[in-house]
Amino acid sequence: MERHFERDLEELKERLLWMGSLAERSVHQAVHSVLEADEKLALAVLTEENVINELQIEIDDRVVQLLALQQLMAADLRFVLAIARINNDLERIGDQAVNIAQSAQRIVRHPRVKPYVDLPRMGELAEKMMRDSLDSLVRRDVELARSVLSRDDQVDQLRDQIFRELLSYMMGDSSVVFPAFELILVAKNLERIADHATNVAEDVIYMVAGSDVRHSTADHRTA
Amino acid sequence: MNAAFPLMGNSGAAASSKSRAAAEGSTTAAPGASTLRMKVTRINFYYGKNHALHNVSLDVATNRVTALIGPSGCGKSTLLRTLNRMYETLRHTRLEGQISLDGVDILTLDVTSLRRQVGMVFQKPNPFPKSIYENVAYGLRINGHKGRLDDAVEKSLRRAALWDEVKDKLQKSAYALSGGQQQRLCIARALAVDPEVLLLDEPCSALDPVNTAKIEELLFELKPSCTLVIVTHNMQQAARVSDSTAFMLNGDLIEFSPTRQMFTTPSDPRTEAYITGRFG
Repeated sequence: MERHFERDLEELKERLLWMGSLAERSVHQAVHSVLEADEKLALAVLTEENVINELQIEIDDRVVQLLALQQLMAADLRFVLAIARINNDLERIGDQAVNIAQSAQRIVRHPRVKPYVDLPRMGELAEKMMRDSLDSLVRRDVELARSVLSRDDQVDQLRDQIFRELLSYMMGDSSVVFPAFELILVAKNLERIADHATNVAEDVIYMVAGSDVRHSTADHRTA
Repeated sequence: MNAAFPLMGNSGAAASSKSRAAAEGSTTAAPGASTLRMKVTRINFYYGKNHALHNVSLDVATNRVTALIGPSGCGKSTLLRTLNRMYETLRHTRLEGQISLDGVDILTLDVTSLRRQVGMVFQKPNPFPKSIYENVAYGLRINGHKGRLDDAVEKSLRRAALWDEVKDKLQKSAYALSGGQQQRLCIARALAVDPEVLLLDEPCSALDPVNTAKIEELLFELKPSCTLVIVTHNMQQAARVSDSTAFMLNGDLIEFSPTRQMFTTPSDPRTEAYITGRFG
């Protein structure tokens, strides 16, 4: 027997996935606004933020209604709690994309510091982590979610590499301090996006398997 | 059986409520209702000298589920029973104020006609001591149904989500059914005469969780074709199934809001205390 609230749960998931697709697009556009010095893309990210913010409020409201009215239990309860947390992570990803787009608007005023090598790789990795974490939600795929967790360290390593490299450029030529510093911020924002994608994956594992892998060591998370 | 109650069993004990000072503020408008099927305007109700309802006003929106909640003796069942004049089965009762159905004062209607338009289902399933088929066909016959009776019986049983379970044993006694099936049979019986409003007085209190869930899902199915008013002592049930909820206390209507609002941001501290389990 299908219960009436199952339709509400399905709608909730659809709205969250729509929000996820917007956040994903924002990150993609933000990264490319930096890589291609494209102010139009940066502006598109800033515009999209409002839609993401409105979705966050709508999804929160749906969660409150479901919790207040439906006395959800077990898998249904875990699902709604996971959605509530993922909702916050997606909104924060949207904010990080805005930060990157704003950096892009400032970077375009300066000559390029260096050819971008690690930054596009980092962007691709973070985007892929986001996409996979949302796919793991759709497919209820714990293995895929665990693979997202295992990739977080790669992003952290790339961030450190970019920091070191840009620092050496700044030490060698003070005229690049401003754009190089902005690029460091971009790398930091991408690392935070990967962290949020990791949170999403952790919530999917909780939702599907009922196990809480937050704050675990890397070994535990992927076990 | 009294011919005035072709679709109902015994009314059971009516709720009693101690009188308390009736506040003028015991009136509430329909929460966001588009059209109204029934309108209760400043009614006072008495069991002898016992003043059970105080200046209660309530709008019953068309094709919506309206839930009445509150602690025992608050007057919720009494209010429900005023909607089809069920209180008239009890002696020494008195109603003041006005209740209308589609704009017509129900006191001006023939009571049999009123109860055909405003059907009722009780707490305890009360099928007639007849076959499953006859339980549904009975009301149709005495209301002069024209057309194929078999079709009408099937339609009602389908609307009550019971057809698949009973289609091969229609001539068996209704008493052979489980409690949950009997309750859905009572709903089918009430639906047979196509009421505009269906009153449900704690319809799940004698049922297990699975049968309760079936009745609740049934309410959603019925909503497009029927206006429903449900009394329940189970707040969670009111939250799950209703569009609007009225909270009653000691004969007063304390708050009447969209259910979403009542269970997230109630406006009256007494409502908040009740729904959070701090009293009642």
